[in-house]
Amino acid sequence: MRSVSIIGTGCTVFGEHWNKSFRQLIAEAGIEAIQNAGVEGKDIEALYGGNMASGRFIGQEHVGALIADQLGLNPIPATRVEDACASGGVALRSGYMAIKSGEYDVVAVGGIEKMTDVGTDQAAIALGGAGDQETELFHGASFPALYALMARAHMNKFGTTEEQLAAVSVKNHKNAMLNPKAQFHREITVADVMKSSYIASPLKLLDCSPITDGAAAVILCETEKAKEICEQPIEIIASGQASDTLALPGRKNLYETMAARVAAKAAFEKAKLTPKDIDFAEVHDCFTIAEILAIEAIGFCEKGKGGPFTEQGKTALDGEIPVNVSGGLKGKGHPVGATGVAQAVEACIQLQGKAEKRQVKDAKIGLAHNVGGSGATATVHLFKAAEGRK
Amino acid sequence: MNGALPLIWRKFGERYDLDGNFCETCGTAFFPARPVCPSCRRRGKLVPKKMPKTGKIVSFTEVFTGPAGFEHETPYFIAIVELDNKARLLTQIVDSEKERVKIGAKVGKVFRKISDIDPEGPIAYGYKFKVVC
Ligand SMILES: [Zn+2]
Repeated sequence: MRSVSIIGTGCTVFGEHWNKSFRQLIAEAGIEAIQNAGVEGKDIEALYGGNMASGRFIGQEHVGALIADQLGLNPIPATRVEDACASGGVALRSGYMAIKSGEYDVVAVGGIEKMTDVGTDQAAIALGGAGDQETELFHGASFPALYALMARAHMNKFGTTEEQLAAVSVKNHKNAMLNPKAQFHREITVADVMKSSYIASPLKLLDCSPITDGAAAVILCETEKAKEICEQPIEIIASGQASDTLALPGRKNLYETMAARVAAKAAFEKAKLTPKDIDFAEVHDCFTIAEILAIEAIGFCEKGKGGPFTEQGKTALDGEIPVNVSGGLKGKGHPVGATGVAQAVEACIQLQGKAEKRQVKDAKIGLAHNVGGSGATATVHLFKAAEGRK
Repeated sequence: MNGALPLIWRKFGERYDLDGNFCETCGTAFFPARPVCPSCRRRGKLVPKKMPKTGKIVSFTEVFTGPAGFEHETPYFIAIVELDNKARLLTQIVDSEKERVKIGAKVGKVFRKISDIDPEGPIAYGYKFKVVC
């Protein structure tokens, strides 16, 4: 069976890039990844670009071709992949499957969002498109409101507290201090989160990930070939994806994310591993409650216990299972279409032992969990260091 | 998008009268109406059904920063309501004392203006709910 490995990574600094355009950002990440991979443009056979809402953010569609154009990769097939905030994770999976199928040996995967060319009102409208226009947004349900409904249900069912939610944010800001590419380098306390203003109760400003510009890219290669050309290839040992109803009311429960649970289960089964085998995870903490839901769906802790598990430091950098050592979406930033690819970049850096101050000790197997909307799309990927060229 | 006249017109039955449907094979009610029953698929027999006008709050949030078209309404309550036939919908909770908006509270349907995003366009009306006891 063919296997797929990452042989090169690139990622821009995440933040408000007022002096850089969509094109400049993806070119920066893409060129870095190609050079880092030690391949040439002519070796790349296809491209998948994750992007959620360039039409809303910069008035530009057709960005698959645009990315290939900017990277000088024409005439290879170039495809935009859109699944809201999971666009990056699904782009990665698309590239993975393209190699797995035997169609290609070397594929580029990018993820990009340029969000600050519009005001926050317009950005909120663009992000709102991840929910259901007709039955959620129509009634005034902002994106934070959807996660707030899940947070309240989780609190009601399991006794999760607002302080436990805050602990996610505090941890991720602390981790971001150690990541030079993170948007925020500012430690916060539980008290800071608790006194920040409500956006949609029980979620407060410091429970929410920011608006971010950024791009990330990886070069994928068939593993046998990767071993010949790369010193430290990172094998994608499994890829899971699942879907759920677009709107929240259609779901069986509001206090769990079924698609993420199914995607994780599929990935673990394919890799013949369990959550206990994972050394670190990058999960989709677009809101603090989302990280609690993620670690429960993946199975790092019992269902309903994500709050205390986090509060007890078990997901800290030196904890039982370090979660979001990059700073996560909250601390590193969340350029929506780039996020899923940036998670894979962090997994590679960790598994190659190059994460410096935020390095997870003895990291052998990593996991990335990327979610679209309020949970209607989820991807879970598992990564492992492969034997490289001597 | 929500201010578009054809969309508003198409949605009259759903938004004014809670028109949904019901799978006679498995006994599940759907709102909005579904084109196919996800449990029974081709074996499902879907028939039109008006939803009951009462239910209870399953979860809620008070929105302080509203999306475009709702900036002047804040703060307001959004809830997931489970209707008496188990179908669920997302709605605003209005005309209710703050302390009474909680999980499990009984709510009933009212008819209200939802938004008028486009000053030149039509006004969208539809259901909201209020706490009834
Ligand atoms: Zn049925």
